[in-house]
Amino acid sequence: MTSETTTEQVYWDDVQEGQEIPALKKNPSTQQLVQWAAASGDFYQIHYDQDFARNNNLKGIIVHGAFKHAFLGQLLHDWVRYEGRVKRYQVSYRGMDVPGQEFTCRGVITRKYVEDGEPRVDLEVWGENPEGQKTTPGTATVVLPRRG
Amino acid sequence: MTEKQAQTSVITEAMQATIGVESEPWTVEVDKTSVRMFARAVGYRDPLFYDEDFARSKGYRSLPCPPHFLGTPMFNPGTSDATFGAPRRGNRDFSIPYTRRLNGGTDIEYFTSTAAEAICAGDVLQATSRVASFTERTGSLGPMLITISETVYRRDGTIVAISRGTGIAY
Repeated sequence: MTSETTTEQVYWDDVQEGQEIPALKKNPSTQQLVQWAAASGDFYQIHYDQDFARNNNLKGIIVHGAFKHAFLGQLLHDWVRYEGRVKRYQVSYRGMDVPGQEFTCRGVITRKYVEDGEPRVDLEVWGENPEGQKTTPGTATVVLPRRG
Repeated sequence: MTEKQAQTSVITEAMQATIGVESEPWTVEVDKTSVRMFARAVGYRDPLFYDEDFARSKGYRSLPCPPHFLGTPMFNPGTSDATFGAPRRGNRDFSIPYTRRLNGGTDIEYFTSTAAEAICAGDVLQATSRVASFTERTGSLGPMLITISETVYRRDGTIVAISRGTGIAY
């Protein structure tokens, strides 16, 4: 995970289209899914009750889709802080992910531009499972500070 | 519309009539405990979401909301959904033949520019929602109804965030 004190600020001037941003690796445990249920208010049992999940035609407990959106939010936050900000980001939950396996968040810069006086960067972002399948594809727009 | 579509469409006139209609507002509170709980669940190590003095040193009024987090709807056992916590709304109880639900996606847009304006602990927001669209598709899950809902979050009457959720019923 990135360090809160030693990561230097990223500046709009220095980034390039096509550049990949630092990846964020997650491996949510069932305990973490319970923490997410409490934090998000989503107590749907397919995310913590194995029998319930199986009775719903699932192989077992699955990770909440929204939790993956939050993981990708951390990918972006860790990259833009503290002088940058996340303006908008969206993902689709195309594939199911399960606890106890790696979920890797990645992003690639697709566009660097200025709009409404703001230095912005668009990215393709996604979460992938250990097989490299992009289960959670999406896009993001962030604002980065300029040097000087 | 083909005859097949006319036979299988589950979108009723009543449903069509709800598109764009804004719900009654409900109150969403942001507090330090919930910001910390959220940050902890996601796995943040950044003191920005745990240490109020640190957050203030970065220009925030208090602990800011991490991306995705927009506070907690005030829970009321009489009116809130028992599983999801958000208020149950009458116009959501459509009789469609699909009993299974999946979350198809989440899109959040933020409208504050500075750290001082960022949504943070201590803020009380008003949320309203509306259906943006109904779409039907047939895919690997069979026939599906895809609903996009927009929830607008206001603080003192000013929009601070809009969340768009895709719901799949199949």
